[in-house]
Amino acid sequence: MTTTDRTLAEPAPRDTNVRYNQIGKPLVRTDAPGKVTGRTPYAGDYTMPKMLHAKVVRADLASARLKRIDVTRARALPGVACVLTAADMPDRNIATDIPGQTGRDRLKTDQQVLVRERVRYFGEPLALIAAESRDVAEAAALLVEVELEPIAGVYDPEEALKPGAPIVTAPDNVVATYRIRRGDVEAGFAAADVIVENTYRTQFQEHAFLEPEVGLAWVDENGVVNIRVSTQVIEHFRAVADALGLPHNKVRVLGAMVGGGFGGKEDVTVELYLAILAMHTRRPVRLEYSREDSFVGHGKRHPFKLVYRTGVTRDGRITALDVQALADSGAYVFLSPYVLLYCAVNASGPYRVDNLNVFARAVATNNMFTSAFRGFGGMQACAAYEQQMDEVAGAIGMDRLEFRRRNLLRTGEPMATGFVPPSSIWTEKCADLAWEALGEQTPDDGPVKVGRGIACYQQSYGRLTFLKDTSEAWVGVEIDGTVTVRSGVTDIGAGQASSLAHIAAEILGVTLPNVIVYNSDSQVTPLAGTTTATRALYMTGNAARQAAAALRERLVAVAAEVLGAAPDAIELASNRVAVADDPARGMSFAELVRLCAARGVHRSELAIFRAPFTSPLDPETGQGQAHPDYVYGAHAVEVAVDTETGEVRVLKCIAAHDVGQCINRAAVEGQIEGGTQNGLGYALTEEMLYREGRLVTPSFSEYLMPTAMDMPRVQSIILESRSGIGPFGAKGIGEPALTPVAPAVANAVADAIGARVFEYPITPERVVRAIAGRDRAGAAAGG
Amino acid sequence: MSNERRITLEINGAAETTSVPAHRTLLEALRGLGHVDVKCGCEKGDCGACAVLLDGVAVDSCLTLAWQAEGHAITTLAGLGTPERMHPLQQAFADLGAAQCGYCTPGMIIAAESLLRRVPDPSEDEIRVALSGNLCRCTGYTKIFDAVAAAAAVMSGKGDAR
Repeated sequence: MTTTDRTLAEPAPRDTNVRYNQIGKPLVRTDAPGKVTGRTPYAGDYTMPKMLHAKVVRADLASARLKRIDVTRARALPGVACVLTAADMPDRNIATDIPGQTGRDRLKTDQQVLVRERVRYFGEPLALIAAESRDVAEAAALLVEVELEPIAGVYDPEEALKPGAPIVTAPDNVVATYRIRRGDVEAGFAAADVIVENTYRTQFQEHAFLEPEVGLAWVDENGVVNIRVSTQVIEHFRAVADALGLPHNKVRVLGAMVGGGFGGKEDVTVELYLAILAMHTRRPVRLEYSREDSFVGHGKRHPFKLVYRTGVTRDGRITALDVQALADSGAYVFLSPYVLLYCAVNASGPYRVDNLNVFARAVATNNMFTSAFRGFGGMQACAAYEQQMDEVAGAIGMDRLEFRRRNLLRTGEPMATGFVPPSSIWTEKCADLAWEALGEQTPDDGPVKVGRGIACYQQSYGRLTFLKDTSEAWVGVEIDGTVTVRSGVTDIGAGQASSLAHIAAEILGVTLPNVIVYNSDSQVTPLAGTTTATRALYMTGNAARQAAAALRERLVAVAAEVLGAAPDAIELASNRVAVADDPARGMSFAELVRLCAARGVHRSELAIFRAPFTSPLDPETGQGQAHPDYVYGAHAVEVAVDTETGEVRVLKCIAAHDVGQCINRAAVEGQIEGGTQNGLGYALTEEMLYREGRLVTPSFSEYLMPTAMDMPRVQSIILESRSGIGPFGAKGIGEPALTPVAPAVANAVADAIGARVFEYPITPERVVRAIAGRDRAGAAAGG
Repeated sequence: MSNERRITLEINGAAETTSVPAHRTLLEALRGLGHVDVKCGCEKGDCGACAVLLDGVAVDSCLTLAWQAEGHAITTLAGLGTPERMHPLQQAFADLGAAQCGYCTPGMIIAAESLLRRVPDPSEDEIRVALSGNLCRCTGYTKIFDAVAAAAAVMSGKGDAR
């Protein structure tokens, strides 16, 4: 493939006529001053008069029958306002698989609000307590008498598929199945010179946001249940209302700045318990999870078993790929089907595979339920396919990069589902730049061996298109020239609100301090959808852009008339409006707005942005469009492996991503650096461990994520194809930043020790075992 | 509670009085007094989000009992500066994008301030060690290291935060 071919296939960059004043530069986020001075309130920082403190009582077995629960003594404790069990509330469930928005038929796999009879996972809630203080609530929890009768459970998805296995989800524990079929796989394997088959395993991962789940609820004078909560999805007001039998407009969810989400605050967490307790007591109720509550209270990243079988010719052409994926969905469905779908459509990664068969299943067990986590199944696929690419390259004796180059998907070519992503595919450019940036290789030092790895990826931005996603934003100008943006978008730390300010400021030509963003209130700000799926900038950014552009057009029309120039000769910049080639003919932005106000010009705009709406993929072939578009890039690392202790140290870390267009370059770097931390933890140290469903890593002392001592510096190489379908040609970087990190590390370790650890995390024990296995195999071959 | 005692704490230069039992942590007492810039992340000393300065040295307020803090000067993040008059660390964290979700930021800046009071011109290794008790899930620490180094330069008169 030559450069010329690629260039010809590139879509034209969008918005080439916009001369940016701030977009694309490293900008100070609008939320930074409040956060660095401790002035920004989080959901847990709000209190109300006569507020009660809540506590959730949980099951300490993963599979059991609730024989008896007696709350008499707990209720009698002075200071206890109420203790509620399933018997105290209507037999309603909470929908676990709502993708956060309107519309689509659900899978009808709901979770009981409190255990009525059957405990299905460790930590499942049994009772809710509200008391005058946290001390009293905790003391009352110890007085709740619970008798659980153990029932044989199942803790391994493969076991759960066997005949006679305990049934967690009827009829057969299978909660979702997806198939993708392209071309003729049998013929493809027949045409192969070499066939390589390997099994890769991934683990339970914890989001480990620093702010545990927390919220405060009260019932107001209109009977509306108000819930101020740390969440990625304020639109769960509908799920809460449905679970309580309330009209949707009688539940209001307000956010606050969120202390990290990563998918772990995508499902309903504390808001339902808060609503129940506030309604029951008619007093404000606050519920804050302890770290241990948080660890048992929200879903984890799905462990997958991924079997890859690749057919390849000696000259490095992939002729066939068969992928069998099995995910542990845990005790409830939550977003497992969607996560599984992401895995399936990304199973062949950023490669062109004409003969493809993917069979993916998610299976229920009595493990902790699994749900959304940054990367969302696409990451687990990458964790496997990029290791497999190295294994296949090794089997035919070809350079790893060269093998990838020969198979990479190029701009304008169809991916696994037959869909042609509308934007540029710059994987090769990213891979070459990342590899080159590793520079000279660090020499080995005795038993410490140095190795290098690379991983390319494909990750969507925007939600599944059959979910028919929309987002709204409102932009208005005040008569003093200041600008207000209103949008329901939740800000989970990536600068989602700040980006809207940058976009409005850019389009209206005002400086950033003149823009304020109000966000995250389900009754007051226009609904923007979820902050998930790398969609906030794409969806809400586009909505804000549309609203600001419509407003700009109206303002410019007035300016053109007053200044006696054509509308397209009018420029807005630095709080001024002027004729482009004659800047003396102009006025302040505020003056223009005053003129507009005097004429009754509508000075605000509410816009809705719609993603592409499609049908679901074909159920037999998996062909069709799954997502609006995809992000491509590569991650390269150099590691040092102590072959005596098995310890892995990451020496160099290079991330190259085509983000389409940076809105705030510093924020993009921040996403990449943070995503890398998450990916390195996934690769090397992080694992939520369960024994018979019971969590044995309940704190940050046992669950180990990279600290300031562990993290290498991350070098970001940011490419801007300006070909994305977000504002100004942006794509997205939230999830992509994380997707390729772990397999790059796995490949580097394999490169260093000449053997592969097929299971994450790549712990010292596993490294030592892999080395021993290599040595045994070598001795056997030699003998 | 029967074992409550009135204590006076010196918080950000002002004396505040509260009545707390012996087991009440400094974290709980501070937040109870409205100092919600001190964040609760684990209550086990694992994450560092609750760090405050006690006589100029960073401690996890979740591992310090409120009674023990009597007679010591307590400084929280809000005590270092305001949005209008930022401390150089705050300025550098804002300017360099070292705060994302911002929840670890109070503890990070406090730990960094504790370091800079002892070591005005720290190496990156010294910065890493000083921040090793503070977890962050958003930033990958890179920009935090840069911000601490930039602030150190400003405070010792060797450069500006940008």
